[in-house]
Amino acid sequence: MHDLDQLKTDLLGSIDAAAGLDALEVLRVHALGKAGAITGLLKTLGGMSPEERQTEGPRIHALREAVTEALARRKAVLERKAMDAKLASETLDMTLPADGIAPGSVHPVSQVMDELAEIFADLGFAVATGPEIETQWYNFSALNMPETHPARAMHDTFYLQAAEGEEAHVLRTHTSPVQIRAMHAAGGQQPVRIIAPGRTYRSDSDATHTPMFHQVEGLVIDKGITLGHLKWTLETFLKAFFERDDIVLRLRPSYFPFTEPSAEVDVGYSLVNGKRVIGGSEGWMEVLGSGMVHRTVIEAGGYDPNEWQGFAFGCGIDRLAMLKYGMDDLRAFFDGDVRWLRHYGFSALDVPTLSGGVGA
Amino acid sequence: MKFTLGWLKEHLETEASLDTIVEALTRVGLEVEGVEDPGAKLAAFRVARVLTAAPHPNADKLQLLTVDAGEGPVQVVCGAPNARAGLVGVFGPPGAYVPGSAMTLVVRDVRGVTSNGMMCSTRELELGDDHDGIIELPADAPVGTAYPDYAGLSDPVIDVSVTPNRQDCMGVRGIARDLAAAGLGTLKPLAEVYRMETLAPVAGEGPGPDVATRDPEGCPAFYGQEVRGVTNGEAPAWMRQMLTAIGQKPISVLVDITNFVSIDLGRPLHVYDKAKLKGGLVARRAADGEHVLALNGKTYTLDASMTVIADDVAVHDIGGIMGGEHSGVSEATTDVIIECAYFDPDHIARTGQKLGLTSDARQRFERGVDPAFLDDGLAIATTLVLGHCGGTASGVTRAGAAPAEAKTVAYDPARAGTLGGLAVPEAEQKAILERLGFTVAADWTVTVPSWRRDIDGPADLVEEVIRITGIDNVPSTPLPRAPGVARPTATAEQKLERRVRRTAAARGLGEAVTWSFISESEAAPFGGGAWRLANPISEDLKVMRPSLLPGLLAAAERNLKRGAPGVRLFEIGRRYLADATKNLDERPTLGIVLAGDRAPRGWQSGKAQGFGAFDAKAEAVALLEAAGAPVGNLQVMGEAGEVYHPGQSGTLRLGPKTVLAAFGMVHPSVLKAFDLDGDVAAVELYLDALPAKRGGTGFMRAPYTPPALQPVTRDFAFLVPAALAAGDLVRAVKGADKAAILEARLFDVFTGAGVPDGRKSLAIEVTLQPGEKSFTDEELKAVADRVVAAAAKLGAVLRG
Repeated sequence: MHDLDQLKTDLLGSIDAAAGLDALEVLRVHALGKAGAITGLLKTLGGMSPEERQTEGPRIHALREAVTEALARRKAVLERKAMDAKLASETLDMTLPADGIAPGSVHPVSQVMDELAEIFADLGFAVATGPEIETQWYNFSALNMPETHPARAMHDTFYLQAAEGEEAHVLRTHTSPVQIRAMHAAGGQQPVRIIAPGRTYRSDSDATHTPMFHQVEGLVIDKGITLGHLKWTLETFLKAFFERDDIVLRLRPSYFPFTEPSAEVDVGYSLVNGKRVIGGSEGWMEVLGSGMVHRTVIEAGGYDPNEWQGFAFGCGIDRLAMLKYGMDDLRAFFDGDVRWLRHYGFSALDVPTLSGGVGA
Repeated sequence: MKFTLGWLKEHLETEASLDTIVEALTRVGLEVEGVEDPGAKLAAFRVARVLTAAPHPNADKLQLLTVDAGEGPVQVVCGAPNARAGLVGVFGPPGAYVPGSAMTLVVRDVRGVTSNGMMCSTRELELGDDHDGIIELPADAPVGTAYPDYAGLSDPVIDVSVTPNRQDCMGVRGIARDLAAAGLGTLKPLAEVYRMETLAPVAGEGPGPDVATRDPEGCPAFYGQEVRGVTNGEAPAWMRQMLTAIGQKPISVLVDITNFVSIDLGRPLHVYDKAKLKGGLVARRAADGEHVLALNGKTYTLDASMTVIADDVAVHDIGGIMGGEHSGVSEATTDVIIECAYFDPDHIARTGQKLGLTSDARQRFERGVDPAFLDDGLAIATTLVLGHCGGTASGVTRAGAAPAEAKTVAYDPARAGTLGGLAVPEAEQKAILERLGFTVAADWTVTVPSWRRDIDGPADLVEEVIRITGIDNVPSTPLPRAPGVARPTATAEQKLERRVRRTAAARGLGEAVTWSFISESEAAPFGGGAWRLANPISEDLKVMRPSLLPGLLAAAERNLKRGAPGVRLFEIGRRYLADATKNLDERPTLGIVLAGDRAPRGWQSGKAQGFGAFDAKAEAVALLEAAGAPVGNLQVMGEAGEVYHPGQSGTLRLGPKTVLAAFGMVHPSVLKAFDLDGDVAAVELYLDALPAKRGGTGFMRAPYTPPALQPVTRDFAFLVPAALAAGDLVRAVKGADKAAILEARLFDVFTGAGVPDGRKSLAIEVTLQPGEKSFTDEELKAVADRVVAAAAKLGAVLRG
């Protein structure tokens, strides 16, 4: 009896003191292996009298269980130690830089075009397009600008080289030719609501003019459309675009060959830290040309001007971008300077939505 | 168009302030571009008389003056040599800012004597360069008057932008008429303005001059009157002052009269020196190649489309645009012929455009001067000449007639509301139109005044009514809106463009916008452009780009020069081609240029890496995938073009003919043309070639049916001819058993030890998808046999 207690004390002591998994295995074999001490004791059970077995059996089994459990416990401790040591050996300097992907960007002009599409989609306007190299008919004549019209000379038009005897094409001087194309596409019977953003060209170059720039055209052809609808549409658009309720518009009677009556539209600004910020009415900035579509243009578009009328407007997209996001040099828009693109560009995920606000 | 407030008030009886007038001008559509008051900065300076002048007790070159500027004598120290008792000049009191010296006057001690201000020179007041002495005014100049008032400097100059339709406002009178209509005062009768009893033609002596028109299209009317015995000196002071105030240089009274009437009434005139003419004047078409030396000193070569005024020998006027130097008036002129003609606007426009010549006269004739104002205009001109140059007038010659038939418009006053959005009461509309010179009949037939060539139809009258009533009064009216949530409007092309744009940005590419036109040399490596500008702004911006790469390469070069280590740019735009029939063909395209470092040197990656052809391929494939192209079915082929490295480039095609993209390393000779070195990769995605997305099936996806059993993989290593394209082998392997093979992926390419010369080893992992039951060994072997057999057709041998 004393032997068993002693054996248990010795074994458990050795197990708890085992320095490594190898030593522990030696101990296991020593206790529980084929020739192990406890295995030996278990074998003695067969030769015992039933009474003796009744008392010794449970004691031997208890010893076996206690040793088995101690081995498992010690094994877990040693394994954990070994893993800790291994992990400690794998330590890295986590202050080292991780390689990243340099972010890309969306150009402000594209971003603003997406913003416009989003706002005007809510007002029922689709986005239309047209060629940038236009015939003089689409760019001028169909828009009530005959060859000798003084406004035609004011357009600083780029002409393309033409074969002898052929009329030269022009680079469109405005997005207005898309008015005619959109009306043709709608077939003279359906109402039209479109915006047409795109590249436009004029032979002009200084800090505020570049020979290529971007415009957006708006056109509504329907029945019973008035100047009041134009005013509301522009107000609604500019409020949505700048996401401000204090947008004040000033319409000024003006002249465009393709509209009658015509109005230029100024938007009020406030001075904030010496910079013009859209909103309020401390001063006025011209942002749009607009008017009721001239009956000649409605006719050229294949609609009956006695039945259909509507409004049109045109606006510089680059300028809208500058007013909203604060760039001050138009020329930088077209330079492709990666620093500028990073500074003024937009994340791929800045998709304009009405729920999230179109601005970013 | 510039004029002064005083000039305006010659025509407009008004109590309105400058601010009110300026505000009203813009409101009625005459946008004010600027208002300048040249007198404002000199408002403190007074006309003053020097009462006494005595030597300064302590300085040889200074004098001690007592000066009366209207408020009694004050003591002033003065260094001007011309300062003397009795002189009337300009005095600046303490507190006045002297613009020419950039200082504010103070009471100060000058060598022991107090000086209470300054007598000024023209330079000190920025009125001239004279600084030898103080200003000397006439002895009767009213002492105490503010100098700008005395000198007529207090008349603010207003600059308005006149739109091309408003010829009538190319004269001060037309502007006054608009303001009167807008309720700012009353328009004075024209005869009163010119101090004439009547505007009737000046009854002269004898027959009118010999003038005629033989070009009734270009010059339908040529009126003339001769004045003999004139003296062509300086114009009267008021006229010179008015012209000077708006920046016109006075020349001589005859010339100044024509300029004055042109600006005052929008009525251009011309005056010929009769002594320099041979025979009568005739308006005719120029002969091709005829020359004229114009008043601007330039010689113009004319053609038969142009109307000129000529005598028996030579051309003396580019009709309606600019007079000739030879017959211009001079100090010696004694007999003149005054021309008051009507030139056809279209002819003027064409001639002006052809000659590239603009002038005040052209601006007016081109917009269409008042065809009913020839007699009045001539009467005014002759009256002015007689009044200021003396002489005797002849009778008037009237050759031809201007197209002055009255235009009428059938107007419905309801249109103000139904088109203009503002229902203006009929009586008010009538009053507005009448104040503008229209006559309104009881049935609303509106007769257009002769000076409003721009009015054609009811919409024009709506504009008149609205602009005079105030366009600000038009109420905002919401556009009718379809019920429910707004419908999607973007087209498939637009959605495609948005997807590829944002995918490219998400992949680390920066979107650029570069010029649509490039230089001839930039276009050359790309086969040159199909379209060239006839009038480019510079040679650098001349050829419509045939590709997006030139603009991006140039941008990359600029960025690298600025020290950017790596450049990843893309652009979405059009390339401008000519189709088979030489017609315009603009095609949406996405271009990418990768230049400089792909990755900087790093603690993990080691040396800085450049871009390779597979970077370009990766972008092309990723963007095509985003665009919805069937990337798995695309063929990689060659023929990317001469822009690319011949061995490191390719095209991605849908079928053998439809090229969706070209990609690869840019050819060194192209790089050289763009001043680039190092490795540059590029991609062009032809967005127009992408197959349209099949729609119409709604949003429902196919049912999800994952295979019941796991796929298994088998590796095959083949020895193949070195020239065999790996893609061909992969395709062959994948197609060896379409039912069982899910995927074939190349994972190793090897040459070297164990691989014979002229061959390479390609290792492919084949993924097999079992159907309802697991593959048996026999089935697997059968598939493997088919794979090996398919590969063998390409000369591939399974490695042992």
